[in-house]
Amino acid sequence: MLSRVAERIYWQARYLERAENTARLLNVFSNLLLDLPDRTTLGWSDLVRITGASETFAQHYQAANETNLARFLISDPCNVSISAMLANARENARTTREVMPTEAFEGINELHYYAQSAAGKADDRSARNEMLEHIIESCQQIFGMLAGAMSRDAGYAFVRMGRALERADMVSRMVDVGARKLFAMLEDPAAPPEFAETWQGILWMSVLRSQSAYQMYRQHVRRRINGEDVVCFLLHNEEFPRAVIHNLTTISKVLPRLPNHGEVAELVNLARIELKHSHVPELVERGLPERIDHLQIHFAAIHDAISRTWFLPRT
Amino acid sequence: MHKRIDGSQRRRIHGVRCTAPKPAAADRSHQHCGKYELRELPLQIDWQSYDPGAFHDEMIEGPGAPRSTAQQLAAYLESLDRKDLDGKKLAARLAIKTMGISFTVYSDGQNIDREWPFDLIPRIIAAREWETTRRGLEQRVRALNCFIHDVYNEQKVFRDRIIDPALILDSVNFRPQCVGIQPRHKVWAHICGTDLIRDENGRFLVLEDNLRVPSGVSYMLENRRVTKRVFPELFENHRILPVTEYTQELFDMLASLSPRKQAYPEIAVLTPGIYNSAYFEHSYLAQRMGAELVEGSDLVVEDDQVYMRTIGGLSRVDVIYRRIDDLFLDPAVFNPESVLGVPGLFQAWLKGNVSLANAPGAGVADDKIVYTYVPDFIKYYLDEDPVLPNVPSYRCCNDSERSHVLANLDKLVVKPANESGGYGMLMGPRASAAEREEFARRIKANPRNYLAQPLISLSTVPILGEHSAEPRHVDLRPFILQGADSYVTPGGLTRVALVKGSYVVNSSQGGGSKDTWVVMGEGDAVPGS
Repeated sequence: MLSRVAERIYWQARYLERAENTARLLNVFSNLLLDLPDRTTLGWSDLVRITGASETFAQHYQAANETNLARFLISDPCNVSISAMLANARENARTTREVMPTEAFEGINELHYYAQSAAGKADDRSARNEMLEHIIESCQQIFGMLAGAMSRDAGYAFVRMGRALERADMVSRMVDVGARKLFAMLEDPAAPPEFAETWQGILWMSVLRSQSAYQMYRQHVRRRINGEDVVCFLLHNEEFPRAVIHNLTTISKVLPRLPNHGEVAELVNLARIELKHSHVPELVERGLPERIDHLQIHFAAIHDAISRTWFLPRT
Repeated sequence: MHKRIDGSQRRRIHGVRCTAPKPAAADRSHQHCGKYELRELPLQIDWQSYDPGAFHDEMIEGPGAPRSTAQQLAAYLESLDRKDLDGKKLAARLAIKTMGISFTVYSDGQNIDREWPFDLIPRIIAAREWETTRRGLEQRVRALNCFIHDVYNEQKVFRDRIIDPALILDSVNFRPQCVGIQPRHKVWAHICGTDLIRDENGRFLVLEDNLRVPSGVSYMLENRRVTKRVFPELFENHRILPVTEYTQELFDMLASLSPRKQAYPEIAVLTPGIYNSAYFEHSYLAQRMGAELVEGSDLVVEDDQVYMRTIGGLSRVDVIYRRIDDLFLDPAVFNPESVLGVPGLFQAWLKGNVSLANAPGAGVADDKIVYTYVPDFIKYYLDEDPVLPNVPSYRCCNDSERSHVLANLDKLVVKPANESGGYGMLMGPRASAAEREEFARRIKANPRNYLAQPLISLSTVPILGEHSAEPRHVDLRPFILQGADSYVTPGGLTRVALVKGSYVVNSSQGGGSKDTWVVMGEGDAVPGS
């Protein structure tokens, strides 16, 4: 497989997964805010923080309110909006059509046009929900088509790696924000202590929902929702497909299909070991944000190694 | 279990509604069946009022009288009401958008990925007539390849005074670097797109041969796919020759050029990149053949061998279907500014370590002056009579012919020898006096570079207009492959001038296209069997 093609397939998978996660995030966030009392410190600006685009947002918008955030994340021409991600995914797909199943390209193409045309729906809450759900479903469908029609060769390995790394990254961001908000709430003197536990529950439930993890969590963890268990589930659960460790494992599993995978394998292993050895109860008490930052540094290193090994030998 | 049955029933009902020819009528009434309902609606296509004027129309012979091969199609189209037709139009547009069939237009410094302009009504050619045309095309490409090989090797054609050597050796498409090369099978032009038109008598004439990097074949294939989606019911009642085997034939032809004898030669399609107007096609063909689609920067030459940069390191390439012009192929030999090509590629080809299709230098026969000699080449090299006639042409390099051209500029079409895409032409009868004067000046300054032809009254076919079927002019580009064996597409790419009265069929200048059917009649045998 050509290096250039491998790179585009990898990015296409990352963009698709990122678009899906952003849609999930926005959807869950809208619902979450409906459940929380006005006085909580959780706000739309947190959403910008999760996507890591606070600066870009500040350059283009003044207030971090629902309308601006929805526009920013759905249709803004900058790189962090869903429609821009899908445009990127489509551009990568358009330049790798020769190795992709036709129906998957058509799916991506259609989704791209849908996102372009649906930009106007960002303002209206119910139209927005419907649109975001359509995007989530379509992304799932496209990955399904890839899974159903691509040979398990190098091409598919790059799809899986791109998707897994992006997912691990997005999940870790969600956990991060959940934890930060939790601390903020616990420390907020204005918050009536009797509600703190309820809010906590709602907050973490939303984090789970954003990852379609609520049901699976319930089946695995048979007690009242609490931060410790949720973080543990989303970081450490080997069986749950959106958990960070599961995605690192996925990468390790596809690596044997690729030549010269030594360095990447080593880095993935390092990240797994470190993650496994982190003790969640302590983390949730203190140091979770630092730990997540550390994880993200690992993800970046893995990406760099992937790029160095398979994409870069170009002049 | 109960749910399942329910689900499949719903799907089935839905399926019937989608493919039944009269969904509109069926929806509207519970009492009447569709047929009765239809008669009350105004019909959109009425062949009685369809008027191609003095032109040869390929579908309709006279008012209300379709030609015999088109009778079923004509009747079917007439049976559709406005709502059906609008629905079909929309379905075609959606299919094109979803399938991502596009072409790129470069304008105002920007590249725009545009949807492919497509007309719904298929163009019909009788299989018997096509058989003759096919033989003519094959014959032509055989003769052209003999000529190219001769020019770069023995040059008998000059010694026998068939053509003036100066016309060839001074041509911008002659590559002195290629002299003495013996490509496999002595074939230089492996893929040829020959443009045909029909005159006022309906006779096929050759307009030009495209031997450099002819494009359009992917649109021919996609047009068929769109028609199948939109008019599946039509395919039941017609015996239409399939076109889909083209990519297989192309693959086999390219594989037959491999310098290494191995079961799976590595074949690559070399594209200038996504900003090229034909990128869609490059990608499409690579995909259908299972070949690698490469850009210049994906390739590297070491020790006169060509390699691709892959995730596992360098990997050898045997055959390159290049979609880049000669002059950009290799900056070490041709245009040193080219960033599209691969340094050392030409040398690797010279050494026979990689095959290039078409071979560098093949364009020497893709020249409108050389075109005028093709009937002579057919006699000279093959000792056969040309099956397909040329459009009568005047060579401006010939003194007496030039005077005739200059005296009759208002009646003739003047073409530069080396332009493609319909650029740089003079349509004498429609041009202004100033434009004609400008061309007279150009011809006198550089007679070698021009030829003139009478304005042929191009045939018409119906397109689906806003309110009815309307006649528009068309040409046809069949694709001919030559390697160890040869192959001609049944039909080809029909290009249609969508503007009323216009002769300009190029997609870059407002042209569109149609599916083209070679249809067998009752007694016809399947060709090749």
